[in-house]
Amino acid sequence: MKMEDDAPVIYGLEFQARALTAQTAETDAIRFLVGTQSLKFDNQIHIIDFDDENNMINKSVLLHDAGEIWHISGSPADKAVLTTCYSKTSESRVLTCAAVWRMPPEWESGNHESPDDSSNNPQTLELLCHLDNTAHGSVACVLWEPMGDGKRLISLAENHVLLWDLQESSTKAKISSTATLEGKGQLKFTTGKWSPHHNSTQLATANDTAIRGWDLRSMSQIYCIENAHGQLVRDLDFNPNKQYYLASCGDDCKVKFWDVRHINEPVKCLEEHSHWLDKEIHSNTHHHCTRSLKMCTYTTGQILVWSVRYNHSHDQLLLTGSSDSRVILSNMVSISSEPFGHLVDDDDLSDNEESQQEDKGKEPLQDSIIATYEEHEDSVYAVEWSVADPWLFASLSYDGRLVINRVPRALKYRILL
Amino acid sequence: MSSATTPPDSDPSQRRRVHSMLKHYYGLNEEGKVTEQAESLDPCDINGPHFDPEVYLNKLRMECSLGELMDHESCMVKQIRSLDSDMQTLVYENYNKFISATDTIRKMKNDFKKMEDEMDCLSANMAAITEFSAHISGTLQDQHAQITKLSGVHTLLRKLQFLFELPARLNKCLELQAYAQAVSAHRRARCVLQQYSHMPSFRGIQDDCHVIMEQLAQQLRQKFRDGGSSAKDLSECVELLLQLDEPAEELCDKFLSHAHSSTTNPFLSPTAGTDILEFIDRGCNEFVSSLCLVIASYQELFINRPQEGELASKNIPEMANGKLHVFVDTLAARYFSLVERRIQEEKGVSDNSLLVRALDRFHRRLQAISKLLPGSAVPSQGTEIVVRAARERIKQYLSALQTFYHDSLTDVRQALAAPRHKDATPSLPELLTSLSNFILNQLKSVLASVHLFTAKDITFSNKPYFKGEFCSQGVREGLVVSFIKFICQSSRQYCESAGDRGGSTPPALLLLLSRLCLDYETSTISYILTLTDEQFLVQHHTPVTPVTALCAEAREAAQKLLNHYVKVQGLIISQMLRKSVETRDWVNTIEPRNVRAVMKRVVEDTTSIDVQVGLLYEEGVRKAHSSDSSKRTFSVYSSSRQQIRYAPSYTPSAPMDTNLLSNIHKLFSERIDIFSPVEFNKVSVLTGIIKISLKTFLECVRLRTFGRYGLQQIQVDCHYLQMYLWRFVSDENLVHFLLDEIVGSAAHRCLDPSPMEQSVIEVICERG
Repeated sequence: MKMEDDAPVIYGLEFQARALTAQTAETDAIRFLVGTQSLKFDNQIHIIDFDDENNMINKSVLLHDAGEIWHISGSPADKAVLTTCYSKTSESRVLTCAAVWRMPPEWESGNHESPDDSSNNPQTLELLCHLDNTAHGSVACVLWEPMGDGKRLISLAENHVLLWDLQESSTKAKISSTATLEGKGQLKFTTGKWSPHHNSTQLATANDTAIRGWDLRSMSQIYCIENAHGQLVRDLDFNPNKQYYLASCGDDCKVKFWDVRHINEPVKCLEEHSHWLDKEIHSNTHHHCTRSLKMCTYTTGQILVWSVRYNHSHDQLLLTGSSDSRVILSNMVSISSEPFGHLVDDDDLSDNEESQQEDKGKEPLQDSIIATYEEHEDSVYAVEWSVADPWLFASLSYDGRLVINRVPRALKYRILL
Repeated sequence: MSSATTPPDSDPSQRRRVHSMLKHYYGLNEEGKVTEQAESLDPCDINGPHFDPEVYLNKLRMECSLGELMDHESCMVKQIRSLDSDMQTLVYENYNKFISATDTIRKMKNDFKKMEDEMDCLSANMAAITEFSAHISGTLQDQHAQITKLSGVHTLLRKLQFLFELPARLNKCLELQAYAQAVSAHRRARCVLQQYSHMPSFRGIQDDCHVIMEQLAQQLRQKFRDGGSSAKDLSECVELLLQLDEPAEELCDKFLSHAHSSTTNPFLSPTAGTDILEFIDRGCNEFVSSLCLVIASYQELFINRPQEGELASKNIPEMANGKLHVFVDTLAARYFSLVERRIQEEKGVSDNSLLVRALDRFHRRLQAISKLLPGSAVPSQGTEIVVRAARERIKQYLSALQTFYHDSLTDVRQALAAPRHKDATPSLPELLTSLSNFILNQLKSVLASVHLFTAKDITFSNKPYFKGEFCSQGVREGLVVSFIKFICQSSRQYCESAGDRGGSTPPALLLLLSRLCLDYETSTISYILTLTDEQFLVQHHTPVTPVTALCAEAREAAQKLLNHYVKVQGLIISQMLRKSVETRDWVNTIEPRNVRAVMKRVVEDTTSIDVQVGLLYEEGVRKAHSSDSSKRTFSVYSSSRQQIRYAPSYTPSAPMDTNLLSNIHKLFSERIDIFSPVEFNKVSVLTGIIKISLKTFLECVRLRTFGRYGLQQIQVDCHYLQMYLWRFVSDENLVHFLLDEIVGSAAHRCLDPSPMEQSVIEVICERG
């Protein structure tokens, strides 16, 4: 089954960049937002529209003159609303602030007609409100309530978790509750993720090597995975379909999968060392191995993993981006919500005898690396799946290169059929 | 022709001559047959039958002179005269004989007449006698019949007397304990009594006899049950009881139950505290020998005896044999369970010979049973126990080896943890050799111990299990291969759990184990397996793990350990660098005067890692260095590349150029693979560690914002690293590239990028 996969589409930004997000509320167009990092020039937000049919990119640029962008996040309810975390330098002091912005209403029509003008005369974002953090210190990231109405936000500032309510059409932000991480030394959140499960009442945060879970109703810690990674935890993501499963990555070059009910050992661990033997063991004993949550190791060959993302629909697909400028797409069948080892109900296929026959001919999918994408030449700090097309993703490297790739067709059809 | 004429009887030889001549004349030879003789054809032979007087005369006349003729004539006359006289004598003799014969015949005629008369007389007498005899026997007939009848009655009476006396006699026998007589007496009478039991008198006797015999049987049973009696007595007892119609099954049962208690009693007491050999000895001597005795005597009693009479029809041997088998099996089962429990207690692996000897004795003694009782399952069960024990032993040895390995590693750990400055602390290579030797020696001694199982003088060593499966599946796979796999496995475990989950495997141990596994791959495994194969003459009937597979596993473990070592060491240095970048306020820092202490520390640590790795691994290949790497490359990087990188700050009007230039530069600069597999040499290991460290450094720098002096400090630090780190790696360009990136990134992240003068940097760095 040989299929030609479309070539990756590459887009170069003029500035360095590390903030990337898919436009969460946009479900029709394939759209990503990139925030630039420049200390000297006005920073920008690039709106990248991908035309799937023509395999082309349309871009629009909005000015973000508040400062260099460290984190960007789109509202789940209003596609024009977004948040950024940006650093502001004042009196030789660098502070990372957060704000809610609204894209100017004209950007879409105006830019598409005359893309050449956009660079000359970029429009400016409209500030809705600041998430005032002067009392709490630098903001690491801002999280929207998943699938919410676009009114609730969380910002992680130093060692504080701040829950905000947006009022008056998002023009006013009010802290509704806070939690503080207490402990020895200078504790500082590096990142966090708002769980889409449990009615959006849970949050996971990372500080140093630990991963913590929080209950947002009581604003109290519910679990803590100490030493989740050997070094700093860089990113987290919740499995969109399995409510207790969580992926994390970090400076120890590993990607780990956790069941937050059993935090002593990761469910699975991907790392860079030679994997041939593990693979062999795996194919022999995968049923026992994975069902009993036994730790298995796997290679990705990455070092300093910066970003990890579950596919929104098919949670066996996992993207990771790392310092070795590679993006890796893995197929983690054994710990996904998909039936593993072709435990397909007969009912599903009874009306389609042929495909069933075909299925039996295939060997069951194994946990494996599907593809390594090497279009980048600098560290990849962000990877994101498209909201509109589950088979498409973007990755952003520090040198400002955005690459849009697709899941290989062969795998796509295998998952779908 | 003799000239002398002698009287006929004068000389016997003379007479015979005459006879023969006569005979000759009539053509008779000795046998009286007429023969024709060749010489006699001569007509001139005067004695021949064809004599022709005319021819003869003519001849003489022609041949002889007158004188001669005269002589011849006189001679002839003489001869004729003697012949005549001979003839007269013969005729006379024959006549005389004829006369005497005639006389004799006449005399005989007279005698026969007399005898005929006497014979007539005799026959008359005989007839008279016959008549008389018939007469007498006719008269005596009646009396003879009477006498016969009387003698019959006499016998009957004697039998009756025996019967009537029987009870008394039986009683007497009972008193005297002459059971055999009693039984034979009773047996003789039994049928008669049975036959005539309808007559009251006989019935009385029969009843009496019954009572007495019952009593007797009772006594016999008692005797049998007491069992104190000798085998012979017992045998007699059984025989008598059998004759008394005692059911054979019951007897067998009783005998066996009696034997049961006597056999097992002494042995079943728990025997703690004795060693296994002693235990088995006791078992053999007390249980197996008495069991053999029981079997032998039982067979003597019930199975091998000649069967006569009605007993033969009952097919006792078959029944008895069945019972015996059941009996032996149950006893043996108890014995075996006991033995097996005892063997299981044998956990100490120090001395295997004791166990092997014990098992050998155990096995050997069971052969006696197989001889006594062919077809019994007991010996084969015994063999199975031995086999199980051997299997168990192998498992114990494996776990002992594993424990030993763990203990050795703990020792190594302690040695590593011991303070460095002590002279007594062994160095890494010494630790490695001693660890490796310890393991090898231990393995060898275990092999030697296990080898005892297959020694020639051990009875069970020629069983198929010990010839085949024990060697290949047991020793080779179960022990040696498993142990090697265990080493690899446990080594891999050091990589998995420890390190990031708070484990504290010292990196030196990782390095040491890695080298150990590598040594195993290159030589030790094949050595061990060859040794095993030779020692045990392993014949591979079943597929066994090939050496190559084990080597591959060991190599993989070595690789994994080395990778992990690189990672652990790399992370330690990374951590230092990361903290140093994160905790500083780079915007408000002061002008650099010194290289930061952490950089010195990094170089120191790297150097000590270099030394550590160098102790165990070879140098490895590195790309050719320029004459003065640190100087030359530094100048390149500071003057050309850095200038390009810093371009935006000097030409703020053209923001696009930054990326364009740097991208163009990247396009032409050699792409460096940040993560390449670690090879088994020092340079590769160090390269891996430095790569991880510098990469982390770079990433941390990119997360911060720098002031002018912050950038300058980074410049100084990088230059310092540049001066020292290049020598450790395989390709110094890698270090240059990464340090370049760091300084470049710092410049990018700098609010006021005005780099420090190169000469100043050099001065600061040289100052240390």
